[in-house]
Amino acid sequence: MNEIKCECGHINPEGTVLCQSCGKPVEGNQHIDGNDEQQLLNMRYDGTARRSQTYNRTVVDKIWNFFSSVKVGVWLIVITVIASGIGTIFPQEMYIPSTVDPATHYRDQFGILGQIYYQLGFHNLYSSWWYMILIAMIGISIVIASIDRFFPLYKVLKKQKPKRHEAFMKKQRVFGTTESSEVDITRFKQNLKNQRFKIFEQDGHILAEKNRFARWGPYVNHIGLIVFLIGALLRFVPAFYIDEFVWVREGETAVVSGTDGQYYIENKDFILETYDENDERFKEAIQKQGGPIPKNFQTDAVIYKRVGEPIPGAEPELEKVKEDSAKMNQPIKFGQFALYQASYQLNEFKEMTFKIHDKDNEDTNYGEFTVDLTDPETEYELDNGYRVEVENYFPEYELNDGEPTSVSKFPKNPAFVFSLYPPGDAQPETSFLGIGANIDASGDNQYKLGLVSFDVRDVTGLTVKKDYTLPIIALGGAIFMIGVIQGMYWNHRRIWLQPKSNGVWIAGHTNKNWFALRREIGKSIEGTHIEEPVDQHEMKS
Amino acid sequence: MGDLLSISSNLLYAAFVMYLIATFFFGGTIRDKKKGRSRVAGNIGIIITIIGFLSQVGYFFTRWGASGHAPVSNLFEYTTFFGMMLVFAFIILYFIYRLDLLGLFALPIAVLLIAFASMFPTELSPLVPSLQSHWLYIHVTTASLGQGILSVSFVAGLIFLIRQIDQSKSSKHTSWLEFVLYVLVATVSFIILSSTFSALNYEATFQATVNGQDTEITYELPAIVGPYEGELVSENAMSPWFYAPEWMHGQNAAMKLNTFLWSLFGGLILYGLLRLILRKRIAASIQPLLKRVNPELVDEVAYRSVAIGFPVFTLGALIFAMIWAQQAWDRFWGWDPKEVWALITFFFYAAYLHLRLSRGWQGTKSAWLAVGGFGIIMFNLIVVNLVISGLHSYA
Ligand code: HEM
Repeated sequence: MNEIKCECGHINPEGTVLCQSCGKPVEGNQHIDGNDEQQLLNMRYDGTARRSQTYNRTVVDKIWNFFSSVKVGVWLIVITVIASGIGTIFPQEMYIPSTVDPATHYRDQFGILGQIYYQLGFHNLYSSWWYMILIAMIGISIVIASIDRFFPLYKVLKKQKPKRHEAFMKKQRVFGTTESSEVDITRFKQNLKNQRFKIFEQDGHILAEKNRFARWGPYVNHIGLIVFLIGALLRFVPAFYIDEFVWVREGETAVVSGTDGQYYIENKDFILETYDENDERFKEAIQKQGGPIPKNFQTDAVIYKRVGEPIPGAEPELEKVKEDSAKMNQPIKFGQFALYQASYQLNEFKEMTFKIHDKDNEDTNYGEFTVDLTDPETEYELDNGYRVEVENYFPEYELNDGEPTSVSKFPKNPAFVFSLYPPGDAQPETSFLGIGANIDASGDNQYKLGLVSFDVRDVTGLTVKKDYTLPIIALGGAIFMIGVIQGMYWNHRRIWLQPKSNGVWIAGHTNKNWFALRREIGKSIEGTHIEEPVDQHEMKS
Repeated sequence: MGDLLSISSNLLYAAFVMYLIATFFFGGTIRDKKKGRSRVAGNIGIIITIIGFLSQVGYFFTRWGASGHAPVSNLFEYTTFFGMMLVFAFIILYFIYRLDLLGLFALPIAVLLIAFASMFPTELSPLVPSLQSHWLYIHVTTASLGQGILSVSFVAGLIFLIRQIDQSKSSKHTSWLEFVLYVLVATVSFIILSSTFSALNYEATFQATVNGQDTEITYELPAIVGPYEGELVSENAMSPWFYAPEWMHGQNAAMKLNTFLWSLFGGLILYGLLRLILRKRIAASIQPLLKRVNPELVDEVAYRSVAIGFPVFTLGALIFAMIWAQQAWDRFWGWDPKEVWALITFFFYAAYLHLRLSRGWQGTKSAWLAVGGFGIIMFNLIVVNLVISGLHSYA
């Protein structure tokens, strides 16, 4: 270490630009803060030795210097901004319908640009590796840049002495000289105190300082950002974060996924309310919408907890935990879990009852059977010897290229292929039944199956969340806010006064808002015969 | 209820007029060479501004009373509120720096915003379930206040640029500045055109297929561009010059493009007229009026408003938004376009603050950044809502 001894006796570390005690510029180091090209001193870090400005030999030095540069930091932010913007041109993959193939969807919907977008991976931008790397680099940069500056800055502000070198005074942006024997120092100090400056004195030299804590604002807010990022990273650790989904039909009880079979939910009722079309206030808007506007989605539910260990094959023993309603914006919370109203299916078919009758006479009845649509049997034996086999079941029937298929396992549009075995006769009659369809497969069936009645119910879809990262993320956000407010709503101000044989010199520095500083100086010299200093920067421009 | 609603619109109208009158008083501060007189004009200006602001606050709460929810849930309500927050932010910065000229530029922009907002449907709309949360109000109002304060930096930046840019020769700076002024003029032309044709009850209805369904699309401006494969069914309506290409297949995509084209052309004509009358660049004609302002002071006002606005914006547009999103959609962040653009705004102003730390970024460069930041805010408000619609889409 090549330490630098200043004429005031203070020993400064290598790379110091301005003596940490008296502020005298260290010869040969002025280029570091760019002071050699300027009349005024760069006071951003009070001319302290910063690692990034001092060493540049090893690989570690080079990496350190790269990440501690604000220029690099800004570039990283700018690149992230541009990339993020591009990511909003077309919808992200998570916002396109889940039934379509993204590979063709983007080309079909948005043409050649959409295809390029897809192939470059912008359809999944925010979880892509390079977006993550950008964010990670910003994180690293924040840490390194902060360490590089905080410790030297903290030390120099602690060590600073009121007695300053003349060169330091003259090269402050706000500087003035007064030649007068009537300068009223007592009044000056009182004025400063009235503006909540703290006064430090040394042999008649004065340092008035306020709001030093504002200088730590950026470091506090950067810590907040890092805490936030750590919280966001922890979501990739399964123990910290569970995101599952559960469908429950009205009247049924289902195990809450993601809870290891610990919790069960019973759906007592699902409610969908819409705004009254005759509501005076909203009439116009509802008409424009062309359909009802939903007002409330709600699941009235009971949450149970399993008692004891699960026994395979046995019904679990349940104990009621709470009865509550999940609404939009009002999740049900229990244990570490929360259930959010996320989706619903109205009027799903529950049961359908059919009867057998003569093809030409609907009034005949050879027996009825009821199909539970969530769990149909393969065969129904009727009392009078008739038998119906379920050859095929399509919960949500759709004709796809002439082939009957089911697009989901939810009985929203059920259809069946039934084989009917009349008593004794081994020859079955096959027919196809769906909503509004009743097709005789061979064309010469003797019997026909008819729908007698059906039962519908609603299904609610809830997301199951357990999230231990939320407190960390909230903490990061809170620290960030404290930091920005600390750094933005208070400014660090210093005023130096130096006694001269006939009069005084005065200089001032603030980390921002120079007009406000000059106003404060103006107030503190009122009635003291000290002349108003000038803004040397302004005079030049 | 109906009464409350009409009181509410009258209050908004009164605020609008007050802002216009206040603008003239702030304008009066330029002409007066004598310091004393100009103080009087400035004082009257700020008093009228405050009365106008209070009147608009009255609009806000009466409308709240009429609908039962805070009026920040459609594009009209939201943009009007943003205008109000801009005025509020101006009042704050006026009392810190007493810069009369700031009013001369800030108030017309607020007036423009409110007029612009009124071109969109103004009826009360019910809240869908996901919006029924106190966090919605807290989030939207704080975010909007933050945007309003940040926008003052645009106003100051604009003053700085008009004052400082060398108008003796044409340069990139002069062209971009004219472009910014042209955009403002085009907004005026949008307002004039929309209100004229709506006063005339103009309608041109098209029959077109949207997403495989036959739909009627009604234009309120004559159609320059018709919907893709659309067929004009109204009589006495101008037939379009051309039709939108196939990929513009959204319900109202072609209609929005049509309005956009009208505004661009209208803006060009208005701008051309201004140039003919002034016989020089618009900025060059305003420049002499600004000779007395101190550019350093204007620069500081621009910076200070970012310094004040950034934390407010972060709190409202990111943190409160996350709290609300966590409750409403079980995730605090979902990368929907509106969220991403709020993040972009945040990053942009963070970059601005970091750049201000280095030498050479004060003054002109940072004034341009302030203009860019306002561009991003308006993009998020208008383009993202009208074009890139996401979960938050109001229109
Ligand atoms: C998006 C991420 C970031 C945010 C929101 C942020 C926020 C801030 C804020 C608000 C300030 C205070 C500025 C002022 O007082 O005028 C600041 C200062 C600073 N930031 Fe960041 N920052 C971010 C990223 C970075 C990065 C990547 C670097 C890396 C070079 C960095 C380095 C600094 C430095 C060196 C300061 C000045 C500290 C001082 O004056 O003592 N920041 N930051």
